[in-house]
Amino acid sequence: MNYFPDEVLEHVFDFITSHKDRNSVSLVCKSWYKIERYSRQRVFIGNCYSISPERLIARFPGLKSLTLKGKPHFADFNLVPHDWGGFVYPWIKALAKSRIGLEELRLKRMVVSDESLELLSKSFVNFKSLVLVSCEGFTTDGLAAIAANCRGEVNLGALERLVSRSPNLKSLRLNRAVPLDTLQKLLMRAPQLVDLGIGSYVHDPFSEVYNKLKIAIQRCKSIRSLSGFLEVAPHCMSAIYPICGNLTFLNLSYAPGLHGNKLMKLIQHCRKLQRLWILDCIGDKGLGVVALTCKELQELRVFPSDPFGAGNAAVTEEGLVLVSAGCPKLNSLLYFCQQMTNAALITVAKNCPNFIRFRLCILDPIKPDPVTNQPLDEGFGAIVQSCKGLKRLSLSGLLTDQVFLYIGMYAEQLEMLSIAFAADSDKGMLYVLNGCKKLRKLEIRDCPFGDAALLEDVGKYETMRSLWMSSCEVTLGGCKSVAEKMPSLNVEIIDECEQMEFNLDDKQKVDKMYLYRTLVGHRKDAPEYVSIL
Amino acid sequence: MVFEKDLNLDATELRLGLPGSSEESIRISNKRALPDMNDDSGVAAAKKCDQETAPPTKAQVVGWPPIRSYRKNSLQTKKTEAETGGMYVKVSMDGAPYLRKIDLKVYKGYPELFKAMEDMFKFKVGKYSEREGYNGSEFVPTYEDKDGDWMLVGDVPWEMFINGCKRLRIVRGSEARGLGCVV
Repeated sequence: MNYFPDEVLEHVFDFITSHKDRNSVSLVCKSWYKIERYSRQRVFIGNCYSISPERLIARFPGLKSLTLKGKPHFADFNLVPHDWGGFVYPWIKALAKSRIGLEELRLKRMVVSDESLELLSKSFVNFKSLVLVSCEGFTTDGLAAIAANCRGEVNLGALERLVSRSPNLKSLRLNRAVPLDTLQKLLMRAPQLVDLGIGSYVHDPFSEVYNKLKIAIQRCKSIRSLSGFLEVAPHCMSAIYPICGNLTFLNLSYAPGLHGNKLMKLIQHCRKLQRLWILDCIGDKGLGVVALTCKELQELRVFPSDPFGAGNAAVTEEGLVLVSAGCPKLNSLLYFCQQMTNAALITVAKNCPNFIRFRLCILDPIKPDPVTNQPLDEGFGAIVQSCKGLKRLSLSGLLTDQVFLYIGMYAEQLEMLSIAFAADSDKGMLYVLNGCKKLRKLEIRDCPFGDAALLEDVGKYETMRSLWMSSCEVTLGGCKSVAEKMPSLNVEIIDECEQMEFNLDDKQKVDKMYLYRTLVGHRKDAPEYVSIL
Repeated sequence: MVFEKDLNLDATELRLGLPGSSEESIRISNKRALPDMNDDSGVAAAKKCDQETAPPTKAQVVGWPPIRSYRKNSLQTKKTEAETGGMYVKVSMDGAPYLRKIDLKVYKGYPELFKAMEDMFKFKVGKYSEREGYNGSEFVPTYEDKDGDWMLVGDVPWEMFINGCKRLRIVRGSEARGLGCVV
């Protein structure tokens, strides 16, 4: 029973913005459910196949911003065929037919056809923002429908005029095709920029253009985020120094041309950095400079510059230890390295108990601690024990069932876990499923987990968004069993080699299985090689 | 520097073979052979010209390391760009204990190149004249061309120079006097 009129409650709910909180509010009572659903403007759908557009529209008539995610995470690494699914068209079609005044659409790992983009551009009068992350399926024709001013090749004159007319322009990212004198002119017209991406930065430091550029850059006192440098002349980076002191985000992960002393000098100017994305050619020494300079650092991502090479230009455990010691606010890590030791991980765990995301990728996936030749169980164990707020973890290196015992015991807040080439037996997976109460996404490849682990507690999967298992020991029979017991799950077998067609033996091992909870049953758009059990 | 760690190379040998191919084999390797979808992701051949030893051959595992295709692709372009025309060249200076490497492609002309070399080795290139070379300088930039001859830097147009230059050497002025003579 309500003691306040609905409008008052609605006003109160306006202050509740997180999706989790709004979901909780809607479960309190029927009245609150009703008020909440009419006032909800932003909806997040983590798996586009868990619900249908029609039901979304029916429940939230006031929808303004929709976030949709499609393919499973491992699709990023070519483990999911391109036409597996995640098509946005049916969503746009349904929304267009309805009275929803969509203003923003954010998509991740969805297939976005030119047709969908065209329909989108025609259907919503107040549409403001389209964000595509890791999507595919469209061409510049499709994008042209959205952004009427930009067609085909970069028209530099038009770009300059566009920037001049846009006093509120906050973010500008350029590719290689934009020459230096255009960059300089754009910056002169947009000193209010907050986010700048420079494509090509190669020039003669003795030229007039370079001098003009230096002046233009100095005027851009609002720039907080800098990225790009796809092509770069390292000795011209000094022009950037004047704005480095204000940067909170620096993304040099596409700039292999920047390394050694020039890179270190640049970083030494970035004292306020909170997020740094870099290539491993920075080396351990360069990470030492980061540790000394960037005391506000919260997020570090170190990408491999030579993923398949013999590993000369890379980082090791030393760099990570240095950063952990120098940057106490570090809470998010993605680190590709040549090797890691238990001792280093234990030190990192002690130095940085605040990790929310810890993703370590040792390039050789089953490499032990090179000093002791032991698995990395103890090291990762220290991380989960120390970092009580850990929500996301990716493991690599030589690992036995023991590390999963630790994870099950200590990782109470863990929501997403990625495992590859690890464990000795089903026990590993069972420790995780039994222990991690908040687990939402579990993705596993090349581990010896079989039916016994899969079937131990099928009810658990209804509490999670999804489970991915590829190149493991689960069989067709095991997967069928899950599907039978849990009608609220879609259990998909992805079989590109079409071996299942000829051999329907339940004992057959399944190459790729993806299961997820859903309210709307089997999807109708699956390609031939996907069987939904 | 590249070889800063003295690790036992065997123990730290980078291998991407499927589990079961290393000494510490801990799981049954009864997985079906995965179709290799990574045909365009690079070959495990010696790429870097400064490598002393050939890298060990590796089986490339699908989807490993876990980086997105567009990142892999952007790195591939960087590699192929660097390989054509031999743009990375060694630079030695008389009296310096070790050599350096520079990428000729990032410079648009001789002044830029000289500035970079001056920064790197802490010296000054003198004024160039067609007639007398770098007469009067303590150090003189020279390069080895495709024919194996040692030439004075600056005589030929820039494009021609970077296409022909195999390595650079900064020579003491006293030794370079012979190169400065024209005709």
